[in-house]
Amino acid sequence: MGSWPLARRRQALVERGAIFGRIREFFQEKGYLEVETPFRIPAPAPEAQIDAIPASGWFLQTSPELCMKRMLAAGYQRIFQICRCWRDGERGVRHLSEFTMLEWYRSKADYLVLMEETEALVQHAAATGSISYRGQQIALSGKWERITVADAFLRYGGISMWQALADGTFDVIMVDRIEPNLGLARPTFIYDYPASCSALARLKPSDPTVAERFELYIGGLEIANAFSELIDPVEQRARFVTAAAERAAQGKAAYPMPEKFLSALDEMPEAAGIALGVDRLVMVLLDAETIDEVVAFTTEEL
Amino acid sequence: MYTAADLKKGLKIAINDEPYIITHFDFAKPGKGQALYRTKMKNMITGSTMDRTYRSGETFEPARLEDRVMQYLYKEDDHYCFMDNDTFEQIHISEEAMGDAKNYLIDNLQVDVLIFREKAIGVDVPNFVNLRVVQTDPWVKGDTSGSDSKPATVETGYVLRVPPFIEEGELITIDTRTGEYSTRVKG
Repeated sequence: MGSWPLARRRQALVERGAIFGRIREFFQEKGYLEVETPFRIPAPAPEAQIDAIPASGWFLQTSPELCMKRMLAAGYQRIFQICRCWRDGERGVRHLSEFTMLEWYRSKADYLVLMEETEALVQHAAATGSISYRGQQIALSGKWERITVADAFLRYGGISMWQALADGTFDVIMVDRIEPNLGLARPTFIYDYPASCSALARLKPSDPTVAERFELYIGGLEIANAFSELIDPVEQRARFVTAAAERAAQGKAAYPMPEKFLSALDEMPEAAGIALGVDRLVMVLLDAETIDEVVAFTTEEL
Repeated sequence: MYTAADLKKGLKIAINDEPYIITHFDFAKPGKGQALYRTKMKNMITGSTMDRTYRSGETFEPARLEDRVMQYLYKEDDHYCFMDNDTFEQIHISEEAMGDAKNYLIDNLQVDVLIFREKAIGVDVPNFVNLRVVQTDPWVKGDTSGSDSKPATVETGYVLRVPPFIEEGELITIDTRTGEYSTRVKG
């Protein structure tokens, strides 16, 4: 292969490093503690559509979520982590099976607080008020767009969110008709997902058919997923059982029930948490067409 | 049998018994949702294109094509002429059916000509071909523009990006699956 593909990424990797520096600076200024939790875990959260890679009887984490929430339960009030996560079978121009995640958790907060904080973080990481991504001018300064999932389905999908769920077309319509319209002139928060699409999120007290969950899109690209945390251990166990049954129905591997996480939920404060794909954020800030352009090595290059 | 996870650019599959080639492939997975495999494909007989989105678990039959090793002879108008190495039979393939393969054709190159129901409908070139650079601007020493590549024209007329140190007359290896520069041939 030669070393040219690696050498020509120098400028992207230098800017990637600078973005990492500004992310850490943002959280330190806000009083967040940078933490590390183990990559190899015995029991990933059972989710219907996320597959972990086995590692010597345990699994590589698909997210540091469960360990970080155990830290919240133990009294750590503001924590963040930048780490590697692995998701089996995910590879494309916007996906790497091994990728870099930024997660942060904050007690005594809900998803609306996190929307504000995410705006501030991305603005600080970008160090500019406006970016150009794939020919689209996107204003990062000023108020970002907020739209509910239900409204987005009506506006761009031409079908109600509930009808799409019933038809089994929710994901296809989201990808084909809705995502390309999100985050174009300015970033978009799309929020209040159907309860069934949110295994670890709290239901909205005023409308329990939806969960307090949002996603951030910039330039049509999904950047982050966040929610007000579900802290009821009984309901959380029931959601895991449902997700495990969906996995079994699809012929997917079963995971052990994360018992230590479930028992820690008893002591967990009200909190909100978010997972942000750092490679994706670097892509939009550097106007990269593929995720390959913003990492030193792709899986295929090893 | 292929599954959706095998889909990639260049894969040839059968739909209603006709051969299709995947010309564009994209993996999508909306937050917490299912994996979707979005494709654009071209009917290798009619040239018509279509978009299809598949989900994990869906399966495909490979396109039923015969391939015969042939040698590239020459281009005439908008047709390319090849010769069967065993029978010396000569066949013509239209420029449109050639697709990107025409970027890599040099005299006497061995290719796999794809035959469907006795008709030649396309060619497969090797994954890597060596082509000579016939035009590229010299590298200005001390160039501080930060540019990490420059355009170069190879002997077939194909233009691609190469590292700044490549000079006219050099032989380079191109990955025909991506159309991109791979390495310099030392010699």
